[in-house]
Amino acid sequence: MKTADLIHETYSGLTSNKVRSGLTVLGIVIGIASVIAMVSIGQGAQGTIQSSIEGLGSNLLSVVPGIVQPGRGIVSSGRGSGQSLKNADGDAIKNIEGVAAVSEELQRRFQIVSQVGNNTNSTVIGGTADYATVRNITVDSGSFITESNDRSLGRVAVIGPVAAVDLFADTDPIGKKIRINKVDFRVIGVLKAKGGSGFFNQDDTVIVPLSTMQKILTGSDFLSTVAVSVATKEQMPAVQAEIIFLLLDRHHVAEADFSVMSQADILGTLTQVTTTFTIFLASVAGISLLVGGIGIMNMMLTAVTERTREIGLRKAIGARAKDVALQFLAEAVMLTFLGGVIGVAFGWIAALAVSAFAGITTSVSLMSVLLAFGVCAAIGIVFGYYPARRASMLNPIEALRYE
Amino acid sequence: MIECKNIVKTYQTGETQMNALKGVSFTIRDGEFVAIMGPSGSGKSTLMHMIGCLDTPTLGTYALDGHDVSKLSDNELADIRNQKIGFVFQAFNLLARASVLRNVELPLVYAGIDPSLRKKQAESALVSAAFPEKFWNYTPNQLSGGMMQRVAIARALVNNPSLILADEPTGNLDTKTGEIVLDTFQRLHMEESRTIVLITHEPYVAEHAERIIHIRDGEIVSDEKVKNRRIVTNHNHAQ
Repeated sequence: MKTADLIHETYSGLTSNKVRSGLTVLGIVIGIASVIAMVSIGQGAQGTIQSSIEGLGSNLLSVVPGIVQPGRGIVSSGRGSGQSLKNADGDAIKNIEGVAAVSEELQRRFQIVSQVGNNTNSTVIGGTADYATVRNITVDSGSFITESNDRSLGRVAVIGPVAAVDLFADTDPIGKKIRINKVDFRVIGVLKAKGGSGFFNQDDTVIVPLSTMQKILTGSDFLSTVAVSVATKEQMPAVQAEIIFLLLDRHHVAEADFSVMSQADILGTLTQVTTTFTIFLASVAGISLLVGGIGIMNMMLTAVTERTREIGLRKAIGARAKDVALQFLAEAVMLTFLGGVIGVAFGWIAALAVSAFAGITTSVSLMSVLLAFGVCAAIGIVFGYYPARRASMLNPIEALRYE
Repeated sequence: MIECKNIVKTYQTGETQMNALKGVSFTIRDGEFVAIMGPSGSGKSTLMHMIGCLDTPTLGTYALDGHDVSKLSDNELADIRNQKIGFVFQAFNLLARASVLRNVELPLVYAGIDPSLRKKQAESALVSAAFPEKFWNYTPNQLSGGMMQRVAIARALVNNPSLILADEPTGNLDTKTGEIVLDTFQRLHMEESRTIVLITHEPYVAEHAERIIHIRDGEIVSDEKVKNRRIVTNHNHAQ
């Protein structure tokens, strides 16, 4: 039997009962569409987190006070968020081999008022001139904080684009005044928008010189973060170990009262969360796909029973067992394939709709589409095999006599 | 040419053994028109399955065109059926959703013959079966019983078989349409020298053949030429 004839027979077999074939396909459509849509939501979340973390700066190590418990993520950093990092720690880290730049930072939230009268509650970061390099940020207009600003306790501020809009609306903020915690600062620059998500929006920040932050705004000698830029990716583990060793020694403690995290650590924890989320969604959708597959098997078994005499005739006029098996298998695979194509289309539309109306980022990857088709073909073969085999094993004499 | 020698077929149902055929021997030459007659339970259906290569005998040999086919596997039997035997069944057994042409082509589909050649052969088979051309693209459920049986006859002819095996071909038809079908067989026998084996329990139908083999309780009780052979003279193909 030729392939063209197999397709002809399959088509004629499936169109003989259009309603039943349609309902069976619908089962697969729902299964595949939900898998595609669910996985796209999961992968979208993963993609967003990944790109925002990679945007924080390359080859970055963050030293923070307190202990970030492994596997519990950065959310549970409440324990031991004491003050243990000092400016001198940052200076010491600068001498480690492989360290390209170090940015000592102190971060706190303040109420900020602009000279035009707007106010906002935003994150104020005390940073040095190296902040821009290490954190991978650029100024859109004006200039960034310089070393002399830092030395002279300069009352200057660089503001993020979101903070700029909040404080000054449409007017150009450069040269204007803002008041943070009753102290006046002059805006010298506005940052380029970088986007942010999750816990921290990098665009809604105000950056002031570290010395001004420590001595005037907070009166605290401590740092909330030391961000370390490492020269090459290969040196990251060595530098990370060196920093831990150095700080343990400097703090005279046996157990660390600080944590050194790489992007990979942060990414790893968050990826773990989103992967679990994706797997959960996919398995819920997978169950509906399984139900669709059982629908296929049910339909094919009914078809074999209904067409017993036809099978008998085909065998009598010379169809081999293989020909009969192939015909029924082809029908099952055709049903799932059709369901797969329509399902991928619906799933894609659903993903776009979720993005458009619910504001959740989704991403339909080629991988998930290919996977869906693979699963479809597999379901067709797995659930079509038993009915097809049953058809092919029928004895032609008994099949012809079947009433 | 069909040569059956001492064919025995035993069915095992649970503890009991049932001998459906108890050593049947006969020969049918090319171009013969033979009826196999017997009441139900006589073993004539079992014998038809043997001759039609749908089943193999427990003992004995069956040679079709000089080749022993009594020990072949299921797939080899399928190929023999495809190339050497044309079946006509009581219940027509046409594919309801396929056109007349497609139904007739079906054996050639399994033989792997090209569509254009297939169509040519199907058309000439339909002409041989006296099936009117204007219905070639109809589906079977648009046709009368007599017409459907002629489609089945065309399907049996299409692979140019050594043997046409008709199992109660008039059983589902009234006398008049039955006559048309029998006329078709007689014409194929006389004009095209086809070898035809007709299985029936009706003496009236059997008398249209040249020779009748009577079978009862799994044994041949008589094998003789028909004395007063019935020839259909009223060639009415309109129905």
